[in-house]
Formats: sequence, C-alpha cells, structure tokens
Amino acid sequence: MTGVLARVAFVSRRLVKAIVVIFAIIVLNFFLVRMTPGDPALVIAGEAGAADQKFMDDLRHEFGLDQPLWKQLAVYLGHVAQGDLGFSYRQRLPVTQLIADRLPQTLLLTGTAMAIALALGIAFGTMAAMYAGRMADTMITVLALLVFATPSFWLGLMAILLFSVKLDWLPLFGMATVDSGLHGLALAADIGRHLILPAVTLGLFFVAIYARLTRAAMLEVRELDFVRTARAKGLGERRVVVRHILRNALLPVVSYAGLQAGYLVGGAVLIETVFAWPGIGRLAYEAVVGRDYTVLLGVLIITSIMVIAFNALTDIVYVLVDPRIGSTG
Amino acid sequence: MSKPLLSIEGLTVDLPASADRPHALEGMDLVIGQREVVCLVGESGSGKSVTAQAVLGLLPPGRLTVSGGAIHYGGRDLLKLSPLELRRLRGARISMIFQEPMAALNPVVTVGHQIAEAIRAHEPMGKAALHDRIEKLLAMVGLPDPPLLRKAYPHNLSGGQRQRVMIAMALSLSPDLLIADEPTTALDVTTQMQILQLLKQIQQQREMGILFITHDFGVVTEIADRVAVLRQGHKVEEGTTREVLTAPQHPYTKALIAAVPRLTTTQRAGIPADAPTVLGTKGLVKTYGLSGNFLRRSRQVRAVDGVSISIRRGETLGIVGESGSGKSTLARLIVRLYKPDAGAIDFQGVDLATLGRADLRPYRRRVQMVFQDPFGSLNPRWTVGDIIASGPVIQGVSKQKALSRAAELLELVGLERTALPRFPHEFSGGQRQRIGIARALAVEPELLVADEPVSALDVSVQAQVLKLLDDIRHRLSLAMLLITHDLRVAAQVCDRIAVMHRGKVVEYGSTVDLFTRPQHAYTQQLIGSIPGRDWLEAEAGPPAARPAVSGSKPTART
Repeated sequence: MTGVLARVAFVSRRLVKAIVVIFAIIVLNFFLVRMTPGDPALVIAGEAGAADQKFMDDLRHEFGLDQPLWKQLAVYLGHVAQGDLGFSYRQRLPVTQLIADRLPQTLLLTGTAMAIALALGIAFGTMAAMYAGRMADTMITVLALLVFATPSFWLGLMAILLFSVKLDWLPLFGMATVDSGLHGLALAADIGRHLILPAVTLGLFFVAIYARLTRAAMLEVRELDFVRTARAKGLGERRVVVRHILRNALLPVVSYAGLQAGYLVGGAVLIETVFAWPGIGRLAYEAVVGRDYTVLLGVLIITSIMVIAFNALTDIVYVLVDPRIGSTG
Repeated sequence: MSKPLLSIEGLTVDLPASADRPHALEGMDLVIGQREVVCLVGESGSGKSVTAQAVLGLLPPGRLTVSGGAIHYGGRDLLKLSPLELRRLRGARISMIFQEPMAALNPVVTVGHQIAEAIRAHEPMGKAALHDRIEKLLAMVGLPDPPLLRKAYPHNLSGGQRQRVMIAMALSLSPDLLIADEPTTALDVTTQMQILQLLKQIQQQREMGILFITHDFGVVTEIADRVAVLRQGHKVEEGTTREVLTAPQHPYTKALIAAVPRLTTTQRAGIPADAPTVLGTKGLVKTYGLSGNFLRRSRQVRAVDGVSISIRRGETLGIVGESGSGKSTLARLIVRLYKPDAGAIDFQGVDLATLGRADLRPYRRRVQMVFQDPFGSLNPRWTVGDIIASGPVIQGVSKQKALSRAAELLELVGLERTALPRFPHEFSGGQRQRIGIARALAVEPELLVADEPVSALDVSVQAQVLKLLDDIRHRLSLAMLLITHDLRVAAQVCDRIAVMHRGKVVEYGSTVDLFTRPQHAYTQQLIGSIPGRDWLEAEAGPPAARPAVSGSKPTART
C-alpha cells in the first residue's frame, strides 16, 4: 500500500514541478516576445502598404494590445489554464488548431531523424569500437567528425542540389505532391519520398554524436570484468559484443538520446525551412516574422511540454534498460 | 601426484615494451593433477593471474602475448587450438571464477540468464529443462529460493551470493578443471570461509581439479593440496602444502609466510593507567536515508547505532567489522567528515558532535586520517612535498618551514628526502601509504584515524606499514583508531578492540581477552573464520605456551 502511495506521491511531485516549469516558461517568454520591437498591427499595416493611425488603433484594440501588459498576461494565463492557446489574428485560426495541424508533421520528421540517427549511430559506433585503432575506425571517426562539423542547412541544400535537382531522384521540397489526389499507401509512399532528404539531413548530425558516444562507451565496457566472464563461459564473439558489451554501452546513449529527443521537437526550424516542411518549426518562424504573439507563445508552450514529456519517458525507458535504477539494491 | 589433468610447460608471456620487465611469466612449469587443488601464490604483479588467463586464452590481446611454452590438456596443446576449439573448452571443460563478484556479472542481465547463456553456448536445451537445471545449480551452491533467485539481477545479491552464482555458472557443465582467480579476496572473512568450504566440498563431490590463485597463505592452508609460489614471473618454489608451510626453501617463500599476520597478540608495552583519554564517543548515531522514487519506498538505515568508545593517549583501538558494519562511518563521524544524528564526541572537554564548520577548524588539525586507497587519496598533480606540506601551510606555517618538516617526516616513515619533488605515481602502493601517513602526521595530530590502511597492500608490505604505524604511535605517543575488517591485522597492533556488527559494538575489550575468551557469538564466528587458523595455532603451539597472549598485559584497564 505504501508503495502505491509513494508512486502517487512521486508522480504528483513531478507533475507539480512540470506545471511550475511551464508557468515560468510562459511568463518569461511572454515578456521576451513583447520586448521585440514592433507589433502585429505594425506588421499588418506594413504589408498593406499604408495605414492611418485610426486603423492601427482599431487593430490594436481588436487584438487587445491596448490593455496594460500585466492584464494581457493575466487574460492569457487564464485561457491557457483552460486549454485555450488563443487566436491568431493573422491566420484567422485558433492557435491550438494551427499547432495541431503542424505538430504531427514535425513529430514524423524528427522521429524518423531520431530513428536514423540511433540506428546508424549505434551501428557505426559499434563497428568503430570493434576495429578500434584500425582503418575502419579511423574512417568512421573522420566521417563522423566531418558530418558533425558541417552545418545541417548546408548539408540539406547540397543534398537537394544533388538528389533532387541534378539526379531528380527525390522531390525538392514540401511534404507531399501538391494536388496529387493520392490516397492510402500511395500517399504514404509519396510522403515517405518527401521525408527522406530532410530526415536524413537532420539525422546525420546526430549520427555523428551517437557513433562517438557508442564507440567510447563500448571501449570502456569491454574492459570490464563481466566481459571476461562472458568469454570464459565460451560464448561466441558476436554474443559477447551484442549481449554484454553493447547492451551495457547503450545506457549512456539512452540518456543522451532522451535529452536530444526533447530538443528535436523545437530544433528542426532550419531543416523545416530549407525543405519547406510544414512543421512546427516553420510555424514558429512565421510567427516571429509576423509578430504573431499568440502563435509563438503557443508553440513555445507545446514544445516545452514535449520536452518535459520526453524527459519523463526517458526516465521510464532508463528504468527498463537498467535494472539497477529504482530498485532497493 | 595423481594423473596430470593440465600441465603447463615452459610458459613465457611477454609484457609490452613499455613495461618494467620483459616477461609477465618466464619458463613457468606447473602440473595440476586430477582431483587436485593447486594454489598459485604470489603478490601483485607476480604473474599468477596471467597464468590463469593464458590457460583459457583470455589474455588481453595486443598487450600480453604468449611467446613460448605449451599448455597440455586432454592430449592437446591449448596454445595451438583455433579460437573455436578453445571456445568449446571454455566454460564446458575448463571454467573460471574471478575475484570481484561485483564486477564479474553483467549488471543488466538476470542471474538466471547469465547461467543459461553459459549452458546454451555448449549444449542446446529446452527452456523448461534449462530452468530446472539452473535452479538445481543455484540450490547446489547453497542459495536460498532458487526459482526467485534465478530472476534476480546481480545488484539484488550480496557479494557472497554473487560469488555463489559465479560458482554455479562455472560448474554448470561439470568441468574437469576450475580456475579460481582470488575468488574470496573481495569477500568478508565469514563469507570467505563459507565459499572456501563450498568449493572444497564441490571439488570432492565432482572430482574436479582446481587451480586456485591467492595471495593469502591462510587461504592456502584451508584449500590446497599443493602450492606453487610465483615471484615476478618466475616460479620460486613448489611442493605439497605441508612441505611449503613447514619447511619453505626459498627466501621469498619464507618472507611471505612470515608476513602472514599471526593470531598471537604481540607483547606490547602497557599504557600507563593514568594516560589521559584523547577522545570518547557516547551513544553516537548516524542514519542514512535512501530516498525513494516512483519505484521504491524511501527507507532508513542505521549505519552507526549508539556507539560509545574511548581512546587514550598512546593507545591503539581497533574497530573490527565486516562490510556494512558501520566501521568506516564511525571513523568519518569521529573526524567529523559526517555529522552525527545523535550522541556526543568528547574531545578533551569539547563536544565535536555539535560544532559547526567554522568552530571545527581548530580541531581538524588535531584529528587526522589515513585512508584506505593509496592510489586515490593522493592528488596525482601535486608533488609529494606539496601534499605533505599543504596541511601546515593552511595552518599558517611558512612554505619553506613546512617543506623542511616534510623532509623529516619522509625519513620518519622510511622514505628518502629525495622523494619530495616527485609525484605520487612514481611510488608503489606501500610507499604511497607511507606518504599518506606522513601527510597526516605533518600537522602534529593527537589522534590518528586509520581507515583500512593496509587492506589495499600486498601481505609483505602490509606487515611493514603496520609496523610503521605502531612505531609512530609509540614514538609520538599518539592515540590511534585503526579501522579494519581483518582480525589478524587488529591482533598485531591493537591494545583494545571493538567488534562492530550492523552498526552496534557487540564486543569491546582488550585484544588478549577478545582472542582468548571471545564472549559474543559474532566475535567467535569472526575468529573461527580466520583463514589458516588451524595452521597458525598449530604453529604457535598450544594456547598455554603462548606467553604473549596470556597475561603479560597490564591489568589496569578501563
């Protein structure tokens, strides 16, 4: 019984912490966003070419911008508490809907990138560790360093030039062929073709990190006593490497991947821009340019919630992969 | 000698070019007969583990390479086998257990799986039969509740239980030869005795040969039929256990045997009855809280539970206990690295237990500590001179004066003055421990707290460092608190001993009384578990003929 209570207490403690963090993020960002010069009325007026003071005042009144700042914050917080992230007057849509439209795309992109990064990173890292000091290791290390040191957007642009423009193997940009009328599997395949370049470009940067992390961890683990025990049992080299060395070497990789996963949600702005991927990063970028406060704040709130959620998820995964965590041993 | 099971002939293993000698092993010959237990004895760096690893082809590739000799087993030379052939032998015909049961098991795989893996590598088997076999093995090595234990992870088990799991794993395919590389060194004495008895019993049941590697002659007497002594890669002596122990031929063997701490408490100059008490504790308590998370409850552990002891000037008090007994926590409370939860530490009229950081400062100098690990306790980027002088310099002594004092201290602990500008890594373990002692003495303490000062050292070095500590205590009339897990060590230098068990002092009295008339069952168990006790007692003669033990001590004792 006390065990259950302890769990409830632990979960509620984390929840309270998360709410406090989100509250702080909202308040901080609210003021940060307002410190930028200009406001939506100015931008709209600028786009319209000309506007008189009356038109601007009307706009500001409509947006609630003529109210004192603290009052605007209070109203906003009240809405957020009810799950309402406000209304984008530029796009003439509720912010929740805007985000809901974009979030799955971002998750698809970053999730794929993450999977690519982990799969390739761990594979290359393992190979490098097994051939440590030899040719294969040097090649992987140099390649990893090269990818790591190259800006992602540049890599993306070069990939577009090569695979889309020159070779014409893959689509140039976007997420699906416009007005193709495709359905079901055909649509999925079309999205898949669009996904390859941005996901690989985004993933490559992290491949380098995971490869280096895996390599270092494996070199460390393979010196440990239980690896010698495994060999003394007469296990084959493959099993020793996969089951004993790699299994333990993955622990630091998991914790790092957890940190990265949160970052990936908000960190794909560059890639989404280069590939015109209709994700949340692009939404944020457009909101900044248009001084679309409500959208920007909404994106920030959602991404911070995602980061917190990913951290909690990492904790759970970690308990699963490392039995020593969370036991009374 | 019975029919040979394994014979090593002229085995030579090269060290990398950067090492201080060319060979880890040179021209090593050793025969292990069927059903025979052969002990390979030597200090660190003698090549005993290298021998064991060479047999199974487990030498670290690239660093140690076999350059000559042969290892015959079952009519074949193990050194000429292909990796696959060797792998078929490993774990099946020849298996191995290691020193650190903590590190020798994979932390993220259940115990049952690790044993299953060993079996399956050689013998395909259905799941039900496999589980049944594993549970039988776990029961055989004396582990409770095999079905539950099979699913446990290594960290759920104690050190002794882990070593039992290792043994179960090593025996899972009924090997002819078991290689045990210091299998009990990391265990508590009582656990060590249990494991030794278990190994012996299984060896007799299964008619196995055992190559047992150890540095401890006490352990040798408990288990070995024959002994080979290694020194710097050379075998210097070999014979039956009896021959080697009673009539050692080589001077090195003699020195090793002489270095084994004797149970007889040496005759000590009595401490004057009016010697003032330097430090006394009253009802000291320290509780550790293990914080909970969503998978476990928080709980509290009483590491030190109402301990009252006192140390007088010129006296050595031993705190003896096994791991987890709270002895190190007690030491840290006394030097106030930790703050006690309750109780008092009376240091000549001042209660150190309640003092805050700033108020403690003047007392820090007067109570100094010598640590267990001579490798981790000295800053590797400081010269020996800086390490020793830093204490006095903090106290306000000029650097020059502190350094010249440091040079004197180095001589006091048996090192050359020329050590001053050198760095810790240039010294051996024993020398570093001497540096650690000099560092503690530099601020002229009244009480020296030595936490397992010799347990990381080779036996022959142990004896020297213990003698040094005893000498210094005598010459400077220090009070010394010696924390140790080894009753033999305590017997040598302590005037009085407090035996700790689960945070409490269960027995507290003079060393002589404790060894001749142990009162508490736990003390009796500890003394009964000392490896080689029968041999040591036989060597010392019947108790009546031991004047050092019986009654030459001053009677005026608190």
